[in-house]
Amino acid sequence: MKKNIILAGVGGQGILSIAATIGMAAISGNINIKQSEVHGMSQRGGDVQSHLRLSDKPIASDVIPKGKADIIISVEPMEALRYLPYLSKDGWLITNSKPYNNIADYPEVEELMADIKKIKNHIIIDAEEIAKSIKSRRSSNIVMLGAASPFLDLSMELLEEGLKQIFGRKGEEVVNVNIEALRLGRKFTEENM
Amino acid sequence: MQKLLLLGDEAIAQGALDGGMSGIYAYPGTPSTEITEYVQKNKYAKENNIHSDWSANEKTAMESALGMSYAGKRAMVCMKHVGLNVAADAFMNSAITGVNGGLVITVADDPSMHSSQNEQDSRFYAKFAMIPVLEPSNQQEAYEMAYTAFELSEKFNVPVMIRITTRLAHSRSGVTVNSQKAENKMVLPEDRQQFVLLPSIAKVQYRKLINVQPKLEEASEKSKYNKYIDSENKKLGVIACGLGYNYLLENFEESEIPFPVVKVSQYPIPRKFVEKIITECDEILVLEDGYPVVEDDLRGFMHNKKIKGRLSGAIPRDGELNPNIVAKAVGLADTYGTDSPNSLKGRPPQMCKGCGHIDVYEALNEVVAEIGEGRVFSDIGCYTLGALAPFKAINTCVDMGASITMAKGAADAGLIPAIAMIGDSTFTHSGMTGLLDAVMENTPITVIISDNSTTGMTGGQKSHAENRIFDICKGLGVHPDHLRTVVPLKKNHEEMVAIMKEEFAYNGLSVIVPVRECVQTASQKARAKVATKKL
Repeated sequence: MKKNIILAGVGGQGILSIAATIGMAAISGNINIKQSEVHGMSQRGGDVQSHLRLSDKPIASDVIPKGKADIIISVEPMEALRYLPYLSKDGWLITNSKPYNNIADYPEVEELMADIKKIKNHIIIDAEEIAKSIKSRRSSNIVMLGAASPFLDLSMELLEEGLKQIFGRKGEEVVNVNIEALRLGRKFTEENM
Repeated sequence: MQKLLLLGDEAIAQGALDGGMSGIYAYPGTPSTEITEYVQKNKYAKENNIHSDWSANEKTAMESALGMSYAGKRAMVCMKHVGLNVAADAFMNSAITGVNGGLVITVADDPSMHSSQNEQDSRFYAKFAMIPVLEPSNQQEAYEMAYTAFELSEKFNVPVMIRITTRLAHSRSGVTVNSQKAENKMVLPEDRQQFVLLPSIAKVQYRKLINVQPKLEEASEKSKYNKYIDSENKKLGVIACGLGYNYLLENFEESEIPFPVVKVSQYPIPRKFVEKIITECDEILVLEDGYPVVEDDLRGFMHNKKIKGRLSGAIPRDGELNPNIVAKAVGLADTYGTDSPNSLKGRPPQMCKGCGHIDVYEALNEVVAEIGEGRVFSDIGCYTLGALAPFKAINTCVDMGASITMAKGAADAGLIPAIAMIGDSTFTHSGMTGLLDAVMENTPITVIISDNSTTGMTGGQKSHAENRIFDICKGLGVHPDHLRTVVPLKKNHEEMVAIMKEEFAYNGLSVIVPVRECVQTASQKARAKVATKKL
């Protein structure tokens, strides 16, 4: 098994929780993992990304080569487009639909959606809406992870185990609401593929 | 033997702890900050009183580490690449004194300048100081190198550099750890003159350093971190340093590499390996993540034409290496997705919503608009973002502390008033001596010390300046009538404007200290308080 995953968003949107969950799932499943992140300047409301690589063989590069990402998971629609040079021909683009507009020249949402739809394999999901429906706005990240889960080659058991490890110390209720968020995200993708 | 998921930085910290380190000294600097933070949070380190407090700057950190080495114990000092410029005096001379307890200098370089003013390559410094460098190609190697570096230092009586770059420092992978080594006991140097660099003694010490060089070369040749991987095809030979080797492996995954390779992860360069590959192959490609240090050495003054790399154009002259660059350079097909569409815009970093620096800039811009632009000398921190729209408030940012001293120089040239904008942690790092210069001549500059009581840009580490700025300024001799303070908030905008106008007009040195806690550290503290209440 081999998966190259790019996580994208804006500094402060919490893509690293998604990375941590996948990371824990991989460790639990004895899968090799490399996860790179961005520190320093980019955190201040700038674009941020994380490269996550899973494999049953040893992994060399920490960064994913251009053209070799299997999936881009983005919590922000404009950020989804930033890493297209990395996405492989049949790669999947999973993006949240809600814009984070903190720049003067943010494009029209219609233009963004049109550009996203040009990618052969894409899923556009309103993660906030789904998170709101289970009264857990903060879990919109995990909804995104759920939406991407059919393409990750990781079982739901492993991902849920990952959630237990990450959120366990916050109590059973928090773990359970995140597991629900994960399942609802996956359901959305399965119904809209 | 359990596996830990560690950043390259964390692997070095864990390796050093397991390797018997007694103290770590550092000033925050991306991408090195996480090394010291790991030790600060580590249970074993706390239980065993391993020193890990932040230093005022990289020079004091370097010297303190040297002091711990003098006392016989193992010490590490960490910094980003430009931090080595600050530590350089102590660094260079630590190679002349030699060590007592093992001394390791870990430097994290930043090719592509993700968060820095330049992409200088610390291997040059090590060559300059004539000390060994360990340059890991992955997280496991980083751990092993930190684990064994103190012994290497003690064996040859020289400080040892560990050199990493951003992509390894900030990437996580599984690491297998070794058993805990004991710390050294405190013991003074046998040769009581070793550390006294009077010329008569320094000459003797320097000759010792010169004489140990062949032994360092031999160590490189025998090192488990350097490899010669042979192949029948001799059309191309690749010398892969540090991460360069990692990216080479990325391109040849399971299949064997179809040309000879020298893996360089310990310097001095393993001479026999390099002589062999150059002799046997038609062309040589040098892969290095940073300056063309090795390529330049091998090319030499007479431009040995068969050595290819950054200088020859085989790979880009500047910026970091990546697997695509390496693929192209060795003749493989490059891979690429699709271009991003025009709807994609740049999203540069900004100051946080509610940041006190913003209020300072809004007042500053208003006053500067009246007296003429081009006179704001700034420094390194979150406030450097004031250079970008919508503020465009600052005109210089060069190195730590340069705001005050450049403002002074410009005022000496006649640019009056000149204004310096500096943060509190940068001020105690290297602003105090510049302020003293301005006090001595009563130079007509205004120094704005924008105090958010933290080292913000690197993630909110504790600042030496907390609750000390006024006393320091008074102690340095700033006139109390021209040492002003204000809370930078929208409601105090008029007050700030008035204070700035007064002090800019004053024909002497003045200091304005806007004080308001960083919104990030404030909210982190609030969240931590709530969390402990819940327990």
